[in-house]
This record gives sequence, structure tokens and C-alpha cells, in this order.
Amino acid sequence: MQTPSFSSAKTEDSDSANVSAEAIVPHMKILVIEDDLEAAAYMTKAFREAGIIVDHASDGESGLFMGSENSYDVMVIDRMLPRRDGLSVISELRKRGVNSPVLILSALGQVDDRVTGLRAGGDDYLPKPYAFSELLARVEVLGRRKGTPEQDMVYRVGDLELDRLSHEVKRAGKDVLLQPREFRLLEYLMKNAGQVVTRTMLLENVWDYHFDPQTNVIDVHVSRLRSKIEKDFDKPLLKTIRGAGYMIKDEG
Amino acid sequence: MLSRIVKRARLMFRSTAVRLSALYILLFAICAAFLVIYVTALSEKTLVQQTRQAIEEEVADIQRAFNRGGVNLLLRMMERRARQPGANLYVIAGPNGEMLAGNVSSVQPGVLDQEGWTNLPFSYEPYSEIGGSRRHLAIANVWRIDNGLRVMIGRDLGDPSRFRYIVRQALMVALAIMGLGALVIWFGIGRNALKRIDRMSAASQKIMAGDLSQRLPVGRSGDEFDRLSGSLNAMLGRIEKLNEGLRQVSDNIAHDLKTPLTRLRNKAADALAEDREEVRKAALEGIIAESDQLIRTFNALLMISRVEAGSMAAEMSNVDLSAVSADSAELYEPVAEEAGISLLTELGPGIVVNGNRELIGQAIFNLLDNAIKYAGEAHGEPVIRVTLASGGGEVRLSVCDNGPGVPADKRAEVTKRFFRLDASRSKPGTGLGLSLVEAVMELHGGRLELSATDETKTDAPGLTITMVFPVPKP
Repeated sequence: MQTPSFSSAKTEDSDSANVSAEAIVPHMKILVIEDDLEAAAYMTKAFREAGIIVDHASDGESGLFMGSENSYDVMVIDRMLPRRDGLSVISELRKRGVNSPVLILSALGQVDDRVTGLRAGGDDYLPKPYAFSELLARVEVLGRRKGTPEQDMVYRVGDLELDRLSHEVKRAGKDVLLQPREFRLLEYLMKNAGQVVTRTMLLENVWDYHFDPQTNVIDVHVSRLRSKIEKDFDKPLLKTIRGAGYMIKDEG
Repeated sequence: MLSRIVKRARLMFRSTAVRLSALYILLFAICAAFLVIYVTALSEKTLVQQTRQAIEEEVADIQRAFNRGGVNLLLRMMERRARQPGANLYVIAGPNGEMLAGNVSSVQPGVLDQEGWTNLPFSYEPYSEIGGSRRHLAIANVWRIDNGLRVMIGRDLGDPSRFRYIVRQALMVALAIMGLGALVIWFGIGRNALKRIDRMSAASQKIMAGDLSQRLPVGRSGDEFDRLSGSLNAMLGRIEKLNEGLRQVSDNIAHDLKTPLTRLRNKAADALAEDREEVRKAALEGIIAESDQLIRTFNALLMISRVEAGSMAAEMSNVDLSAVSADSAELYEPVAEEAGISLLTELGPGIVVNGNRELIGQAIFNLLDNAIKYAGEAHGEPVIRVTLASGGGEVRLSVCDNGPGVPADKRAEVTKRFFRLDASRSKPGTGLGLSLVEAVMELHGGRLELSATDETKTDAPGLTITMVFPVPKP
């Protein structure tokens, strides 16, 4: 096992994002199953700074035990683990009726086999090496998933409204005209309102490509969307979280 | 002393030439032995035949005399002939085998008891040599006349040991000539070949010691050895080129990673020394951005390795290339627009290839990224065209720009890892984009083609990169 390289995204903006995460899901509790102790220590510390309660298991068997004995909002599971493989931990947890969302970390240099991971019962997949900001954003979104009713037909953030059935978007009662892709972009952002959403997550969920967009393609789409929903209004809703991604939020 | 000789001999026998020569000698010897045996047998047979013929003539004379003058004439004639010198044997024996007349004192027992030709040569003692030690061999014809008398006419076969001596001599001479021949072959051909192989080994040793520019000696004869040397030299050339490429890549990696790492370090040092909170924050953010770029570079490298290793081949399925191209163009259209570039598409509908949608998508993204980077330098209005068409057993997806293009002699190099057209690396990017595209095309059994968009515009011919896919089998 090599030590994955992290880069922290602790910026002034992500601080506020974490506060919001705490506000929505007070004391999110996660389990990290990772055998690389250095990486685990870094992750644990960074998650705690983001206001998340972290338990750590360093092998597959103890991870499986902790995962089935306690209730976690999210579990972060490394694929390559001693004593029991990460994928087998997940399928065993699912067999035992544990439904908490699972984020799989691929081993460095391993085949990036997202499909196998998701088939085993994982909910999200992050290949190493990754930025910690990416991991944090994904864990927060996964942890909030339980509390987000998928059946909500209208998303609201401040005076911005998005109707998922009629595909209508209104700001302060005025129609905002969006292209289909812009609509899906806004829909995903609003579904995860108050959460940091990374560029990779946007490419995954709006365009259905699972890799790191190397350039500013996503930024250009977001800034187009921003200009459409904010052009004639004073209050900004769509924020750029430097070093991490974007967040839509009503600052109140 | 003896063990040393044995050791030397064993060492010598390890040489191919010596072994081959020994084998040749053995084969020659066997052939020669057969030949000698055959020739001996043949000449013996001829000798016996000639002897028989002489005997038959003699028998005919004697029988004629007997028919004409009875026993008396026969006896007289035999007596006369027996006294003449020569190799002929004349015997008249009594009913009990006692010698009555002739030039023979005794014959091998039993010879006189049969009639007609003796089956085998028999030994006898001539009258003139009673008690002599020389052994005489002869063949003869025996018949009976009146009163139980037996007449034998025969002929000496000559000295058998002398005959064998001649044969043995001939064999020895033949073997000696062959041995000499083998030595000549070994010296002339074997040693020469050995020396050439030794020269090749010596050259290989030098190459193994690290001097990849060394080549094996190639003669002018164009024989097997020269062809072998030629092939090995070609292989060495390829290895040297690959090695050179590898060193280039390592150098580039070192450069590409060292520069941002140095910047990273300097920014961290600045941040550490900085008291003003705002400036320090900015420096730290710069560090994060720098690190992210490094992670991207590593990700891209890993991705290329994975694609090249072919480990993603299992995830192949039918991919709607028309849809992926349209998606990609749609994704990049705002980026192009922001850069003042028109992005035009001409996509054939419903074109499907067998492949990995993610990888194909990423490859197209990379091509578009690249095109946007260079179309900005176009003379006149910058345009990027994306065309997708199928025909002739191929599916061709082209991304054309009207930027400065790539000189024809550099086109093969742009897909190399970390290769940048501008050596200063002033443009942003990892230098890995096209390497990934090429790896993706190889994985899909296709290829990547680079050409000028418009050859006639010498100042800005533009670059057209075409992903050529094989048409999937139904």
C-alpha cells in the first residue's frame, strides 16, 4: 500500500460549508476502514476538523464488526484491506441489512473498476490519489442523502425555485430560461443545497462521465448558469468554494 | 597431467565446431567401412568367378582327353600339366581318398568326397611344399570316373592374408585422409565461425556493460552469422531508441514535477514567513492549486498506464459515438465561445463502436481541450470542427482546428508522454493529453492520425486529429 496524497481544501469558504453541514446533519458519524495508518490518521483529523465524528478500523474484519454493531451515516472503505477485502466487507454489511451509504476508495494503481465496486453495494467510488476536499464533499453529500426526500418535486433555495416535473425555474417569481443541461446542473446543485459539490461530482451527475475534468469546462458551465440565475438579482446564491467546488445556498 | 588433458578435451568438445567435426568423422568412417566391405566382397566374388572360369576350361580339356583316350590319356595329360608351373591343382585320388597322381600332397578332409564345385574355398598343401607353413586356399571341381577314381581340377586363390592386408591398408589411408579433412574443416570453417561468435560475445559484453551504441560486427558474406548480427543490431537499435525515449520521459517527468514542487516549496516557505493573515491564506491557496495540478499529472500518468496495460478492456460495450461526440461538443461549446472560438459539429447519426464510453469521452475531451488551446492562435477567425463519419470499415472522428498546426516531422512525437511543442512549456497542460488519446485508440484496436487541416495555408495550416475506430462486428 502506498500512501495516497491528499491536498486539504481548508479555505475560508469550506469552513462555512462545514458549518452548514453540521447545521443540517448534526454530528454526522462516519466509519473509515483504511489499513494505511498514516492516511487514516490524516483523514480522521481532517474529518473531525470538518465537524464529523469518525471511527476508524484498520482491517476488514474489525471494520465489518464495527459497521454492523454501530449505526453510521457514511462508511468510507478502502478496497484493499488486510484480513477481509473491502468489497467483501460491503457485500457482507449489505447482507446483514446495513444500508448506510458506502464510499469506496480504490487502491492506488489498481484497476479503476467502478462498476464492480458499485455492484458490490457501494454508493460512490473515488480512485486514489484524490484531494481530501473531494472526499469530504462526497461524504457530506452521501451523509445527507438519507435526509433528502427524492420525491420532493420542487427544490427551493431562498427565492429560487426549481420544479422537477414542469422543468420550470423561477427566481422571485420570475421565469428563468435554462438549457436542458443547465437545468440538470441547477437541479443537482439544489438537490445538494448547502453542500459542497465538486467539479468531478458535477461531471458525474450531470454529464455521466466519471473522471476528473482537467480543465475549466465545468467552471464555464457553472458561470453561465450563475449569470442566468443571478444576473438581475442582488443576492448571490451560487458560490464558488475555492479548492473544492461549488455550493448553492441561501445565506439568509 | 591426464586430468588436464581430459579437461582440455572436454572444453574443446564443448565447442560446436569440434562436435560437428567429430560427428562428420564418425559418419565418414561408417560410410568408408561400408564401402571397403562392399568393394572387398565384390572383388572377392570377381576373383572366384575368374578362377572358376579357368578351372572350367581346364576341366573341359581333361574330359575331352578322357573321352578320347580313356584313363590312360587322362593320366598322361594330368601328369604333364601338373608338372608345369602355375596356380592350377591336379589331383587323381583313389576310392579311399589316397593321392594317386597330381601336384597336391594333401587337401582339407572331405573335399574329395563330394562332386561338382566346392562350396567354399578349402586349404591344401602343394606337392612342392610339403611341411611348409604357408596356407594355401583354392576352389576346385571334383568328379568321379571308372573304378572309384576321383579327379579334381582346382586353382589357387592366392594369399588371403595379403589380400586382407591390402584392404586394411586402403581403409587406414581412407580414414587418415578423412581425419585430415575434418581437421581442415575445423580449422578452416569451425575455427572461423568460432572466432566470429567470440567476437559477437565480446561485443555483447560491452553492450551489457552499458554501451548501447556498440554494434555487433557484420561481415560482407550475408551468411547466417551476418544475418544474425544484423537482426541483433536492429534489436539493439530499437532498444537504444526506447531507452532514449524512456530517458526523455524521465527527464520530462523530472522537469514537470520538479518545477511545481519547487514552486510549492517556495510558496510554503513564503507562507511560513508571512505574518499578514490575508497574504498567508493566498499563499496557502496557491499551494493547494499547485498540489492539485500535481495530483492531476499523476492521475493522468496512472490512467495512461492502466489503459496501456489493457486492464479496462473488460468494460467494453457498444458506445453511441454520435451521442458521446455531441455531449463532448456541448460540454466544450461554452469554453470555446469564451475563448472566441466557433465550435462546429458535423456528426453522422447513430454511429456505434465497441468500446469504453468513459475512455472515449475522455479522449474526445482531451482533443477538444487541445484544439481550443491552439485554435486561439489562428490567423483570422478561429474555428474548431468536429466531424464524425463511418465508411470503408472505419469510423472516423476528427477534431480540426485552424491554429498553427504541428510540423510534419513532429507529428509522430506529440503523442509521447510529456512532449510539448514549445520546449519552454509555457502553455498550461500536463503534456499527457494526446498520450492518453493514443493509448485509448490502441486499446480499441484503432489508431490516431495527425494531419494538417489545410496544407495551403503555410502560416497556419491547423491540426486535424482523427480517431479511427474499427467498425464493430455485428
